[in-house]
Amino acid sequence: MTERDADVHAAHLLGVALWAPRLPGWSIAESVLRGEVAAPDQPASRPSPSVLAATERRRAPDTVAIALEVAARACESAGIGAGELASVFACSEGDVVINDYMSETLARTPLLISPIRFHNSVHNAAAGYWTIGTGCMQPYTALSARHDTFGEGLLEALVQAEADGKPTLLVAYDIESRGPLATMAPTRGIVGAAVVVAPGEGVAPATGLRWRTARGVERTVPLERNAGLVAGNAMAPCLPFFEAVARREPCTVRLGLSPSMLLELDFQFSVHKVRQAQ
Amino acid sequence: MIPLRVTAYSIACSAGTGVPALAGALRERRSGLRPNDFTDVPLETWIGRVPGLEDLALPSRLADWDCRNNRLAWLGMQCDGFFERACAARDRYGRDRVAIVLGTSTSSIGATEEAYRRLLPDGRYPEDLRRPIVHTPHSLGDFVRAALETEGIAVTVGTACSSSAKAFAQAERLLRLGLADAAVVGGVDTLCGSVLFGFNSLELVSPEPCRPFDVARRGISIGEAGGFALLERDGPSGPWLLGYGESSDAHHMSSPHPEGLGARRAMESALERAAVDAASVGYVNLHGTASQKNDEVEAGVLAAMFPASTRASSTKGWTGHTLGAAGLVEAVVSFIALATGVVPGTLNSTQLDPCCGPQLSLANETADLRYVLSNSFGFGGSNCSLLFGRDRRD
Repeated sequence: MTERDADVHAAHLLGVALWAPRLPGWSIAESVLRGEVAAPDQPASRPSPSVLAATERRRAPDTVAIALEVAARACESAGIGAGELASVFACSEGDVVINDYMSETLARTPLLISPIRFHNSVHNAAAGYWTIGTGCMQPYTALSARHDTFGEGLLEALVQAEADGKPTLLVAYDIESRGPLATMAPTRGIVGAAVVVAPGEGVAPATGLRWRTARGVERTVPLERNAGLVAGNAMAPCLPFFEAVARREPCTVRLGLSPSMLLELDFQFSVHKVRQAQ
Repeated sequence: MIPLRVTAYSIACSAGTGVPALAGALRERRSGLRPNDFTDVPLETWIGRVPGLEDLALPSRLADWDCRNNRLAWLGMQCDGFFERACAARDRYGRDRVAIVLGTSTSSIGATEEAYRRLLPDGRYPEDLRRPIVHTPHSLGDFVRAALETEGIAVTVGTACSSSAKAFAQAERLLRLGLADAAVVGGVDTLCGSVLFGFNSLELVSPEPCRPFDVARRGISIGEAGGFALLERDGPSGPWLLGYGESSDAHHMSSPHPEGLGARRAMESALERAAVDAASVGYVNLHGTASQKNDEVEAGVLAAMFPASTRASSTKGWTGHTLGAAGLVEAVVSFIALATGVVPGTLNSTQLDPCCGPQLSLANETADLRYVLSNSFGFGGSNCSLLFGRDRRD
């Protein structure tokens, strides 16, 4: 380890949200990930985010629906108005449903491409709908890093929070692919994860984080009993982070940033919170 | 923010492969646009196509990443000695200390489109395209990381047409927090059916070479480009990134805010971060796509913010709208203007829309520039402005 690898930054979590078909919302997910209750057998149907108007909710692509749902829940949990937060949207595979539609239509009848589906095909579509729906003029970004998308997205949110000295929203999601593209970008189910991170030491009961980047390849793996809950979805690498939040015990989580670089997060929980948990 | 020196930069676009070629095209007002010969199904429009990509071969170690977009990335890296400079920075700082932050709107979706055109009778991909890495948005960032053999942060930004401008902002934050000592930022977007027929479906594609800010403009010309910039805390030479501004329109997915509130916020924020006032900016390289709405809104913000002496133009008549690469392309145009004093005008346009203020230039001019502002605005209301300077500002 070089001296620079030891550079440690402080942050804390103001809000979290998680949604998967068998983890529909953080309150259920928290209990399931702690091993207190079993995950529901029946998968929940796609969330219907209230940020969108009723007519738009039905038409919204899965990417937009899941991203806006967890984004709104994380803001609620943080007690911060959505319009105030800069945001980072992270998606590994993009809108694989629209990409399948675009590629299929281009192969047959390119002049009949739907204009709405085209502008929804951009990687930042969910971020666009989020800022439109919440009236947020703060900057957003939208990124991908394949298997390391959650790590890179969380890093960028932590970096923005520290660089600008204010809370930042991370929204990470992937949906189920279809058509021939699914053989190359095989992602199943719908998973959305969001956190509001803030720079520096938090006030109890906020979850504290010490974070740094470090060379390495050993990513934290989820507990065996939990892994299946998001298995197959491209955003599955987010799970160890949320297990740590749910567990409320000091621990270190390592997320990938690239094939040989990690984001290391030391979770710290205030005494107040630990007592509350007991 | 901390000022960052652009110690190397490169460009490959339809108006020129290499900085000297693009500088020559700008000076001599040679457009890279030509009638569309890219799509099998006819589409009446003009495109900025980079010649030779069809025959360009990647080194065998990079064969898995082969596709038009990564070939253009490779070509861009080979221009202007960029590859050698980036490798030297990697060796100087360490493999884990050079961050890769690249912008693209469609990455290598062209490879996915091709697979769908050539599906086997049983519905599977043709064998040569069964390479998952070229069917994912991070194809570009992963390719450049592999090509440069770095082992640090590597990420692909996809905010449509502001993507590669925002890469500069993201890289500055990484260096400011000490998470990297240098960053390779860039933008690469190639022609593909998705963007040509997609923009056509929105009735935004011009049947003639685009005419930004012209009263009779008829829409955009789509181009492709690949280019890079190496950002360091200091270095022997090169322009400086002094400011950036980012904002969201919060208005509409494919149409700008009618009063340009988001655009204005981004421009003001870039000036504020750089501590440069609007009157000191010698040249503004506008987003200027030649779409009805963008040009009208952007011209209004420009006229309201800058004195009559500021020169402003869109260079999309040379390159076409290179989408996610536009931020990088126009950063390079800004570097050329700072270095040569040649302030590009607006190619193809003959009669300015009455909405334009006195800042808008059709003809090239010469000026001793200290500061240049470059605008990039994208679908989904994503705005980014970059402020570059000839010298560091302390």
